[in-house]
Amino acid sequence: MDLTINGVPHQLEIEPETPLLWALRDDLAMTGTKYGCGLAQCGACTVLVNGQAVRSCVTPIERVAGASVLTIEAIEQDDLGKRVVSAWVKHQVPQCGYCQSGQVMAAVSLLKQVPHPTDDDINAAMLNLCRCGTYNAIRAAIHDLASSPENKGA
Amino acid sequence: MSRGPFENIAETVQEPVNLSRRGFMRASSGAAAGAFILGFGLPTRRARADDTKSPKFRGTQVPAFLEIRPDNTVLLQSPFIEGGQGTFTAMAQIVGEELDADPETFIVENAPAGDEYTVMDSGMRITGGSMSVRDGYAPMRRLGALARAMLLQAGAQQMGVSVTELTTQPGYVVHTGSGRTVRYGDLAHVAMDLPIPDPAIVTLKDPSQFRWIGQPVQRLDIYEKSTGKAEYTIDMRVEGMLHAAVQHAPRLGMTIASIRNEEQVLNMRGIHSVHHLPGAVAVVAERWWHAKQGAEALLVNWAEATLGTAETMRVMPSDFSSESYKTHLATASGKIDDAETKGDTEQALQKAHTVLEATYSSQYVNHAQLEPPSALARYNADGTLDIWLPNQAPDMFRADMAKRTGLDVEKITIHSPLLGGFFGRHFLYDQANPYPQAILLAKATGRPIKLIWSREEEFLRDALRPLAVVKFRGGLDTNGYPVALEAISATEGPTEGLGPKRGKDLDPSALEGLTGKAYDIPNRRISQRYIQSPTALGYWRSVGNSMNDFLYETFLDELADKGGKDPYELRRHLLRGNKRLTTLLQAVVDLSGGWKRGPFTAADGSRRARGIGMASPFGSEAAAIAEVSIEQGQVRVHEIWEALDPGSIVNPAIVEAQINGAVALGLSQVLLEEAVYENGMPRARNYDGYPILTLDHMPRVHVKIVESGEKMGGVGEPPLPAIPPAVANAVSTLVGRRIRSMPLSRHNFQS
Ligand code: FES
Ligand code: FES
Repeated sequence: MDLTINGVPHQLEIEPETPLLWALRDDLAMTGTKYGCGLAQCGACTVLVNGQAVRSCVTPIERVAGASVLTIEAIEQDDLGKRVVSAWVKHQVPQCGYCQSGQVMAAVSLLKQVPHPTDDDINAAMLNLCRCGTYNAIRAAIHDLASSPENKGA
Repeated sequence: MSRGPFENIAETVQEPVNLSRRGFMRASSGAAAGAFILGFGLPTRRARADDTKSPKFRGTQVPAFLEIRPDNTVLLQSPFIEGGQGTFTAMAQIVGEELDADPETFIVENAPAGDEYTVMDSGMRITGGSMSVRDGYAPMRRLGALARAMLLQAGAQQMGVSVTELTTQPGYVVHTGSGRTVRYGDLAHVAMDLPIPDPAIVTLKDPSQFRWIGQPVQRLDIYEKSTGKAEYTIDMRVEGMLHAAVQHAPRLGMTIASIRNEEQVLNMRGIHSVHHLPGAVAVVAERWWHAKQGAEALLVNWAEATLGTAETMRVMPSDFSSESYKTHLATASGKIDDAETKGDTEQALQKAHTVLEATYSSQYVNHAQLEPPSALARYNADGTLDIWLPNQAPDMFRADMAKRTGLDVEKITIHSPLLGGFFGRHFLYDQANPYPQAILLAKATGRPIKLIWSREEEFLRDALRPLAVVKFRGGLDTNGYPVALEAISATEGPTEGLGPKRGKDLDPSALEGLTGKAYDIPNRRISQRYIQSPTALGYWRSVGNSMNDFLYETFLDELADKGGKDPYELRRHLLRGNKRLTTLLQAVVDLSGGWKRGPFTAADGSRRARGIGMASPFGSEAAAIAEVSIEQGQVRVHEIWEALDPGSIVNPAIVEAQINGAVALGLSQVLLEEAVYENGMPRARNYDGYPILTLDHMPRVHVKIVESGEKMGGVGEPPLPAIPPAVANAVSTLVGRRIRSMPLSRHNFQS
């Protein structure tokens, strides 16, 4: 199976139905993407496939062969991703941090599609669970990003 | 596939000079930080530090805690684990304040097990009970001051001047006369070999001179946690490691009778081996995904618990349901133990003008921390054991491992990575931790084993926040003021719930929040009717207070209604003369723009109401107001105002974040959460059946921190307990009937 993760091609000798999450974590030792539920419920495993937020725990690797997969490890190589990370730092978003790889990926995906999201857009896109309750900091960071001068929009 | 810190551990073990624990620690952390470490900190130093150990002062062995590196960064071994509550940053602020080193220059990790890191007054080492900053404050300040004194001494030697001519600036020793400076990092190799000064006479800063304590210093772990670089137990990996998954017995106490398809599972792709464990079957594989598939494919015949099992562990009956258990608690008779009494409640109730009786209840809840539990166990060639696991008490866990393995504690090295949330999940719960299984599997396979519990297994074995049914009686005088309050809680507390048998004394964690209320009600009786829960019980953020303040404060509102009193006015009345709480209540009312109970119509046309809740948990005081409406028959919380008085604080930004987090968890509990058991099993095995609060239901949170200057209290848990009653009281006002149980999603408010 040929995968392109963060611009780097990989050849993996594993079953095509293996979830991308476990290919990343166990075969490629990229543990920034987290396991929380394995059932597309929590969002801790969110990665971007062709710029779209995807739950890697329920995505077989065969579905992403030939696609461009971006994980949290390379998020700062993406311009918007870098800005999202800075906003997360500025707003001191994470607590335990476990959900935050997924939160950052979801925010990048949202802002790529909707540069100036309303609260309703944020509610609809940011479905990732956070047990530490960082939701208000997440919302504030996204609004801050949307209103920053670098945010040219689509 | 080995990487990061673990490669260096192997190297360290071969390097004789680094055989000391400190050498080991340095290597394991230094690689993570990418710093080159000079080898200072010889084993002799620990012996010398021991000489100065005074039983009166804990946590004074400076070299065990601190390593100041040539690049002037400071590596601090924290007695408390970081799980999101910001304790690593707070420790850096406190130590840095007295050491005179910018908290930004700190790298903090969880200290290994060992007496030298036990700094709590209780003589235990736990991260819990919101104790870290309040118990760590004095010893960590002292530690920083001792280290600074040693650096000054070293500076005096190096500059050839008297120590009285020296002072410090952040990171530097300064000669006041000449302005000459030496970096801490250049003095540390000398300083750390000096005798530790007498902790009794070391001078601490005057708080008016504080530079970092009290400031919203940025957290040290934010960037790593925003970029996926932070590592949790589940991310750990060592050379030669295998992965494991388990299938647990559906009910506690059951054992394996037979496995119908063991052969087939062994032949599944990637499977290494299948293991029969107490109450579980484990599947080991080269990849966790294969192990999990194997574990799920197993067809196991489970045998009922044998007679006598209940002597050593909890046994879950096949007909247990949380609903009928609630009925059982409500109707049970039997012995009642008083936990708190004042006056003569029985007589006062008899003489009262009006008596109100009502039954309130709480629910079981799961921790549902985002990181599923895991453990990585490795037996080394020399018979020692290394283990990585999420834990809130390294020494207690190590002692338990020693008991299980027969190894001396010194032969067990416990590694405590960051916690992906905890909320009480990672204490020593008999059947709720994966490490005993990981150890057995590492022994059986001769390979390091990383065992991850799937979310489904976690929901099956999590230790639950207890459930209580409380019968209240309240007596009012002719003016409608409470003269008597009785609360009899049928429940089992989390502490007495740890073992298979009840302890001799009452468990304070069962009733806290019914006890310890500040209201001036002249006659009161708070009692427990102990009834064992067959479920595993555990500590859940704010423990007994998490439910008991809901129960008490909602009944108090019911009493207010009965007596024709406004709930805010009644609280003011019952707190008259209590300056601290009157101030706090006023603070939250002011924060909300003045008391406005409602129902009223908001700007958007929705009907809304507000409710109050107060709580005195973990040495702090909290008061909250919630504003709610009903949308499609369900509660919508729009605003939360909360005032918290922890006496004094270290980092206002972290306190505010903790209040937000506690509000979220409190709301999640009151609105949504309930672990329902049917046929002895939890109905929900993942978040789909156990919804928790999501971003779209997070209200705006307005925070007021009140620093009364009273004894320092906790921060992580105290903001939670006032939230559920504030919400439920608001809903009761809005819908015109009393709400006596959680979660509110169980009620239909469609008008
Ligand atoms: S782990 Fe994929 S959504 Fe939870
Ligand atoms: S920061 Fe802990 S789960 Fe979100």
